[in-house]
Amino acid sequence: MNQWRRRSLDVGVDELHELAASYFALGHRLALVAGHDDGDALRIVYVFTSGAPDERHELVVRLDAQHPTVSSLSDLSFSASRFERELHDNFGIEPLNHPFLRPLVRHQHWPEEWHPLRRDAGAMPEHVRDATPYPFIQVRGSGVYEIPVGPVHAGLIEPGHFRFSVVGETILKMTARLWYVHRGIERMFQGVEAQSGVEIAQRISGDSALAHSLAYCMAIEEARGLEVADDTRILRSLLLEMERLYNHVGDVGALCNDVSYGVANARALVVRERLLRLNEAVTGHRLLRGSVGVGNTRVRTLPSDRELSQIAEVFEDVVSLALSNSVVVDRFEGTAALSPRDAAAIGTVGVVARASGLRFDAREAHPFVADGFTPVVHETGDVMARFNQRVEEFRVSLDMVRRLAQSVKNLDAGSSPNGSPGRSGVGIVEGWRGVVVHRVEMDSSGRVSRARTIDPSFFNWPALSIALSDTIVPDFPLANKSFNLSYAGNDL
Amino acid sequence: MSATTTTLYGVAATLVQVVLLGLGGPLLVGVMAKVKARAEGRVGAPVVQPLRDLRKLLTKERLHARHASVVLPLAPMVILASTVVAGAISPLVSTHPLLGSSADILVIVYLLLTGSAAAALAGLDAGTAFGGMGSSRAMTIGALAEPALLVAVIALSIQSGTSNLPSIMSSTLTHPDWVFGPSRLLALGALLIVVIAETGRIPVDNPATHLELTMVHEAMILEYAGPELALFSLGEAMRLGLLFSLVANLFLPWGIMTDHTLLSLLLGTVALVAKTLLVALGVALIEVRSAKLRLFRLPELLAGGFVLSVLAVVTGLVTR
Repeated sequence: MNQWRRRSLDVGVDELHELAASYFALGHRLALVAGHDDGDALRIVYVFTSGAPDERHELVVRLDAQHPTVSSLSDLSFSASRFERELHDNFGIEPLNHPFLRPLVRHQHWPEEWHPLRRDAGAMPEHVRDATPYPFIQVRGSGVYEIPVGPVHAGLIEPGHFRFSVVGETILKMTARLWYVHRGIERMFQGVEAQSGVEIAQRISGDSALAHSLAYCMAIEEARGLEVADDTRILRSLLLEMERLYNHVGDVGALCNDVSYGVANARALVVRERLLRLNEAVTGHRLLRGSVGVGNTRVRTLPSDRELSQIAEVFEDVVSLALSNSVVVDRFEGTAALSPRDAAAIGTVGVVARASGLRFDAREAHPFVADGFTPVVHETGDVMARFNQRVEEFRVSLDMVRRLAQSVKNLDAGSSPNGSPGRSGVGIVEGWRGVVVHRVEMDSSGRVSRARTIDPSFFNWPALSIALSDTIVPDFPLANKSFNLSYAGNDL
Repeated sequence: MSATTTTLYGVAATLVQVVLLGLGGPLLVGVMAKVKARAEGRVGAPVVQPLRDLRKLLTKERLHARHASVVLPLAPMVILASTVVAGAISPLVSTHPLLGSSADILVIVYLLLTGSAAAALAGLDAGTAFGGMGSSRAMTIGALAEPALLVAVIALSIQSGTSNLPSIMSSTLTHPDWVFGPSRLLALGALLIVVIAETGRIPVDNPATHLELTMVHEAMILEYAGPELALFSLGEAMRLGLLFSLVANLFLPWGIMTDHTLLSLLLGTVALVAKTLLVALGVALIEVRSAKLRLFRLPELLAGGFVLSVLAVVTGLVTR
């Protein structure tokens, strides 16, 4: 079924920039950058993808372990500049001519010269007590003041610090300082059995358990040369849509809740609960854990057509309840608009990108089931567009679940060896937030030697700050919810 | 009837009013939360939950923010005291409470606004960004609501020819046709908008939110804890009770105690509770049906309230 072949090209440090530029010129996106410590040398793998047709190309550079420097791609791609900051923090690789080399992953209390993904990093050292605070850019002028929010918030949400520069109620600048939930996920993957890695992958971001474990398994399967059966693919696609369903309806309700329209939220939560129970009936776990494994996918039963129709009906009630309220519509329309130009320049993906008119969906660009797929797209990029994007994607997903459930015959189909196993693999999956990419490398004993994970939130977080210009402070929670990015998936 | 009996019943009515506000204010908050919960298909907390919360808070230790001044402990007392005085002299249970003759409508309005000012100062006191933000918003809303309130009140006094609240109430009882007259109804609309704004309910503010950045009223009390939070909350709840019962009495004056018998005191109490519950239910239903307005749309709503009150004055003058 896989039409693509991943190509890997070893390049010299001096060729990298030119080759990367040619990929960007061809319309490829930088899907993932992974650093590796091979002991005597450091190695960076740049994964460029485009689709359809599905293309995956890798550029590999090797760097001197003592003085690792690499030419920065930040003039070509904003996402690349953030990947380079990550490499700088985790590996101590210095990107030359980087315009904004501030810490990204590394918190102020980490020792500056400690690079956790280097082989000789050892255990986590003592925190630095009198660390210098993060150098936030200060806006000066008469009447400008700062509002620091978080990292601990009043609601049950993940930790993150937001620094607002405000005049009156209008936001001039917002900087998000995240990375408060660092668990060392990438180190955890090192040396685990391939199947045990699934347990880690599904905990990267709890609401994307399926997308992450699926991307991980697909990467492992490519590395091992496993070809999964058609029914397994269909089941995986079905589960992926079920994850989208319960998250999208949760967001639809949460957006209503953030404009204090509690009735719509309460009804949306009823739909979400029904979907979670359906998840449990189908996979044995409300958040779809434990169903996808390396080379297989198992479910207990398939969702019934009747239950799905009932859910669709209640969902439509929620949507019309929300959109028939003129205050709700007024709050959503024109709020925190992200222009298509900005969305593209930042490299956004997923719901956020499609609500701003970018037609990128891994289900179309990197499909793993035979059916064609046409993504839904909205143009205005405001909260309303992101709300409607979720509503329409919910409808599409529900139809997909229905259709896929009818075409599965074998509930535990498995896989078969196909061709020669390699040492590495890449899995690309469209999770409910956006594209999830995993790249794994295996050692000779079949254990994972390195796993690199990219959650869509990594690409989308900077877009939130941009969308907030001209937004007022009390609309920030609504804008933030309309993006609904993962803190944990971003941090690892 | 002797002067002593009049005074005695005046004192009794005043006492009943203050106790009723003290217990009933928090209960009204509980009732409204319950209505909302039921509308959302939830069971919701018991109606007495706000009273339980007060009891709990009163047993906690006193904690002050490091940079707070004397304003922080003082503000809740000012809020509570001004509300108690306003509640004591307003015609709630009886048209003749003790000191009812000094219950000029402007006195009541500015007693309540003293509480608002104290709350705003309290928000600023600890010097946190959220408190200042809440105070600034509350003052903006207050400044927009105040003209509507004053003009609506003038509309009421035009009909009665007096600005003494108990007298307005008594004259309304002798002219029941005023209640459904255009001037009164327009003033009711204006007052409802003002009351919703002043008590921080949806669509102006959401008392149930956890989103710091959207808060108005809740942002001002973020630095409060323990007994002072209890006093602050009690003061706010009593304010809510007072505003609701004033609106209820102005537009449904029937049942209020006008003579001096034990029976009418009882009747006045029951009537007040029933009428105020009705207003609370109405406001709760508005809350259920409505979402919170964008902060920059609030001037439009409050300007609408002002226009209604001006119209009430004009129709009041024309139809007099």
